[in-house]
Amino acid sequence: MRLTCPICGPRDRREFYYQGDAVMLDRPGADAPPQVWADWLHLRDNPAGRTRDLWYHEAGCTAWLAVERDTVTHEVFSVELVESADAD
Amino acid sequence: MRMEDGCVVELTALMPCNGILPITIGETTLSEVDPGRITALMPFRGQHAALTEALQAAHGLGFPEPGQTTVAEGASCVWTARDQAFLMGPAPDDSLAPHAAVTDQSDAWSVVLLAGLDAEDVLARLVPIDLRPAAFPEGAAARTLCQHMSVTICRRAEGLQIMAFRSMARTLAHEISDAMASVAGRRAAG
Amino acid sequence: MRIDGKGRVDRSRPLNFTFDGKAYSGFAGDTLASALLGADVRLMGRSFKYHRPRGVLTAGSEEPNALVTVTRAGDTDPNIRATVQEVYSGLEAVSQNRWPSLNVDFLSVNNLAAPFFGAGFYYKTFMWPKSFWEKLYEPMIRRAAGLGALSGKSNAERYEKAYAFCDVLVIGGGPAGLMAAHAASRTGAEVILCDEGFDCGGRLASEEEEVDYQPGHAWAHAMAAELATLPNVRLMPRTTVTGAYDGGTFGALERVTHHLANPGDAPVECFWRIAAKRAVLCAGAMERHIAFRDNDRPGVMMAGALRAYLNRWGVVPGQRVAVFGNNDDAHRTARDMLDAGVRVEALVDSRHDAQNLAGDVPFFPGWQVSRALGGKGLEAIDLTGPQGALKRLQVDALGVSGGWNPSVHLTCHLNGRPVWNDQIAAFVPRDGAVPGMSVAGSARGTFSTHACLREGAEAGFDAASALGFTGDKPVIPEAENAAYRVRRLWAVAGKGRAWLDFQNDVTVKDVKQAATENYKSVEHMKRYTTQGMATDQGKSSNVSALAVLADATGRDIPETGTTTFRPPYVPVPIAAMGAGAQGAGFAPQRYTTSHEGCVTRGAPMIEAGLWYRPSYFPKPGETSWRESCDREVKMVREAVGICDVSTLGKIDLQGRDVGPFLDFVYSNTFSTLKPGRVRYGLMLREGGHVMDDGTTARLSETQWVMTTTTAAAGPVMKHLDWVRQAYCSHMDVRFVSVTEQWAQFAVAGPKSRELLNALLDEPIDDDSFPFMQNGPVSIGGVAARLFRISFSGEHAYEIAVPARYGASLFEVLLGRAEALGGGPYGMEALNVLRIEKGHITHAEIHGRTNAFDIGFARMVSAKKDCIGKALAARPGMVDDDREQLVGLRPVTVGNALTAGAHLFDKEAEAVRINDLGYITSVGFSPTLGTFLGLGFLKNGRARHGEEVRMVDHLRGVEEVCLVTDPVAFDADGGRLRG
Repeated sequence: MRLTCPICGPRDRREFYYQGDAVMLDRPGADAPPQVWADWLHLRDNPAGRTRDLWYHEAGCTAWLAVERDTVTHEVFSVELVESADAD
Repeated sequence: MRMEDGCVVELTALMPCNGILPITIGETTLSEVDPGRITALMPFRGQHAALTEALQAAHGLGFPEPGQTTVAEGASCVWTARDQAFLMGPAPDDSLAPHAAVTDQSDAWSVVLLAGLDAEDVLARLVPIDLRPAAFPEGAAARTLCQHMSVTICRRAEGLQIMAFRSMARTLAHEISDAMASVAGRRAAG
Repeated sequence: MRIDGKGRVDRSRPLNFTFDGKAYSGFAGDTLASALLGADVRLMGRSFKYHRPRGVLTAGSEEPNALVTVTRAGDTDPNIRATVQEVYSGLEAVSQNRWPSLNVDFLSVNNLAAPFFGAGFYYKTFMWPKSFWEKLYEPMIRRAAGLGALSGKSNAERYEKAYAFCDVLVIGGGPAGLMAAHAASRTGAEVILCDEGFDCGGRLASEEEEVDYQPGHAWAHAMAAELATLPNVRLMPRTTVTGAYDGGTFGALERVTHHLANPGDAPVECFWRIAAKRAVLCAGAMERHIAFRDNDRPGVMMAGALRAYLNRWGVVPGQRVAVFGNNDDAHRTARDMLDAGVRVEALVDSRHDAQNLAGDVPFFPGWQVSRALGGKGLEAIDLTGPQGALKRLQVDALGVSGGWNPSVHLTCHLNGRPVWNDQIAAFVPRDGAVPGMSVAGSARGTFSTHACLREGAEAGFDAASALGFTGDKPVIPEAENAAYRVRRLWAVAGKGRAWLDFQNDVTVKDVKQAATENYKSVEHMKRYTTQGMATDQGKSSNVSALAVLADATGRDIPETGTTTFRPPYVPVPIAAMGAGAQGAGFAPQRYTTSHEGCVTRGAPMIEAGLWYRPSYFPKPGETSWRESCDREVKMVREAVGICDVSTLGKIDLQGRDVGPFLDFVYSNTFSTLKPGRVRYGLMLREGGHVMDDGTTARLSETQWVMTTTTAAAGPVMKHLDWVRQAYCSHMDVRFVSVTEQWAQFAVAGPKSRELLNALLDEPIDDDSFPFMQNGPVSIGGVAARLFRISFSGEHAYEIAVPARYGASLFEVLLGRAEALGGGPYGMEALNVLRIEKGHITHAEIHGRTNAFDIGFARMVSAKKDCIGKALAARPGMVDDDREQLVGLRPVTVGNALTAGAHLFDKEAEAVRINDLGYITSVGFSPTLGTFLGLGFLKNGRARHGEEVRMVDHLRGVEEVCLVTDPVAFDADGGRLRG
């Protein structure tokens, strides 16, 4: 498997660390009720199809990436930096 | 007992690959490089352009694009990670500090050079990226893996320069020399 | 026997080798199989289950029968296919799965008991009594059944793995593959051509036919030679592409030196990971058998293999041959035999309307071979004709062709399913099954040579064009363009055992029995009968077996479907996949700058993650680690000790927003920390459990240094990257690891300041360096950092110098320490010192404990948000009934505690429901003269002073313990401030 890092270009899967669902990006507000927090942290869909997951280019540029791909066809639709470029 | 310089003791310095390198096997030689000072430069928010300007003024080179190395007389700046490059050679000028986090890394890295006919073939046993000259010409830099180690590789005029953690110097030499033996063995086998 | 004037082996270069200890001779260009056939050896192995005599069935890597063990310079490789192994001078091969010899195999008694050994036999028979399985049945079955055996020795041979990159990967170097590589290379694309054989050509190497008005094999040879000269083409012979993976990644196994007597330093095999932008699969097709009674007799082989042995290697396995097929291609075998002067006893074609394409041979259209006779070699065949006519012919070789199966395997590796093509009675690849990979030639069911050449050229050109390369399409050479006609025949009706899967001894009857017992899914049938398993993965039997299953279940073949083809296409040794990872290559070894100094002093080095750290420093006369450890603890408490702490993670943080950033990643507040000060911090995971702890020093207004535990350095860095990039991109903060930059040593004990002041260029005192102070110092003119922090509980410092001075500073520190009655201490003493002080490590913050549990609930600041805060407060996370950190010591002084033991009320039975907690760390405290433990106990903080019972079920130890505060020594911290 290969992922095209927006910074480094196409790289072998072994350079990346897989984290999990990109829902982790949508962190609840500090005052959100416990149920919201617990759902956010623990509840995950397991779709046969399109997913958006977090990967870390650990052995590369160290960017965290959101990867949209299909778990059935293995197609990778997009790889984006978690930190938007305009944050700079 | 204080010495003339006011010091009580004298500390001696050791290179990371002291006693390990150089190694020549077949057509390829692995040797240690003295990189001079190594300084991590990480531009602060919105300071990319200002940092490049300061680098140009002080050291004659710009902040490299991802995957690139900029070079000047006696100095180079190697891209090492997102928003991070290593200034190699000179001590960093004070004018850089307002624009970037400036961190001394001079002692943190084993810096080695792999040179000779089979250098690319040797690293093809260890590194999962294409290092052949067409894909990785002089001036190219990459952060990647060498077997299980995280490394920064760049192509210098003299060969391929590999940087791994100082503490992993022996493993770095072991992995590369093992691959050198294998490639030389293939050559001998015909 | 060898046929004069036939074959393309080099008869001027004879090569001597042995098989089962007996000397034979072959020629350069021979495989072990062809050389043995040339020497009239037909019996090459025994079957897996019944130990039936077996000969070579194929001429390729799909071979199920002729598996041998090759020994070279003392190293043995089992399950080498004789059809792939090239002969070299001095080759030593032995047969497998027989005892005492290939000719006399006592275990062939299994064959006589065959009526009891049918499908599902093991499942049904060895069920009861249950305890017999492990002790009796399994060892017995393992002895009786199997393939080659491992030597039991460590593998000293060199293996290799490597990476390669290209624009177009061409898989297979037959007519289609050669043209694909040719067409792609002309556009300037970077091409890799992998071919399984030692020479390109595919079937052309085994046929008598012309391409471009020259012999096909000569054309192939010339084309391969031309490709080899091109700078943008990489020819990889002896390389089998074993798997197709996501994103254009392919696995390939190169047999580098299996064909050499002396490999030297060159590897046996290399496992390649090839990243290709496009791929063209030209893997060809494999012939399939027809099942009939005893069709496994040595001498019965595939018709195409029989022809290959004749044309390529100049050998035939007998004087009198016959050919049996259901398609036109089989006729070519009879024709070539006839042309070579071999006596053809019969050409049997099951099709009534077949035309004889072979010439002047006895022709039997509408007949079938119904039985093979003979023991260790074929002696005769029975023919059954129209209206039940019977005929027996004396033959010693029979070529069988049930048609050709395109090699679709790689197209299925990403879950693609092949499509049934009734015209050729075979599965063909589904278009687009592997993104970026096209299929050409007989791998997609196109069987004429001319069509293969054309399809290959088109596929190669299209692959390059898709990448933007341009150029002329190549001219398609003239070649044979005959139609391929086949009519299905899977099994000949009749009594006896008709074999489908030779490697697993599966018969037509076994498959039918599976269907009868309702194992009707092809996946169930496979597992019930074992059809399609083992090293050949049923390459020559899968389609026939599922056709028989379809027939038995009254379904058609597409409805029955195939099993799933998975990588690898051929067996890949673990040694190749894991090449370089043996011994020192298993994981990087990280050495501190004091490593030599520790080893010189006799310290046993122990692994701490990837690092190596000293366990203890034995002194002359000390006979156990405990003695050394006790002395080192006392030394630190009474004088001064030196310990290398460089392995702790060190992260340099800079920028305007470091303070707020640290407030967010640590549970406690850091933004209030003044420059020159150090603070202990607790880091939580988002779920509220403790991730790591450590101290962070503020060096200046804008520069900070965080320390992590040794084990968590990597994970914390990853976490900081995550938090900054995902949640804090608005903050101006930059960080980088400086773990490797600094060699850092703990200087601990009442004499620590005295020691430092004897070495530093400028002395320090309590005013300049109170507890939790940090600042720059100079030692020997080298700029260093000093931190007054303490893990031991003593008046202590950590001093850091650039790593190049680490080894030197270690010696200087030890020299001075020894003069003060101190010295180095290792991990064992470090552990005892911190247990005495109740300091936690990852033994306590093991991932399931939170700040409340370890007694640090107040460290979760109420004034700000932080990672883990919300969920640390959820119900159940701050419950009195949770297991809380306590100190423990045996009531009977002198008795030992053990880590991992569980805690129970004194009178309670030591069973799970009474479990109150567990012990995480123990050590003998020479300071207090007793064993001490740390552990977690339900409601433990309220139980100080009570007694509980420790039970270590694993070691069989019980002890009554006193529950105490975790801090056993110097509770008010007077020593570290003093």
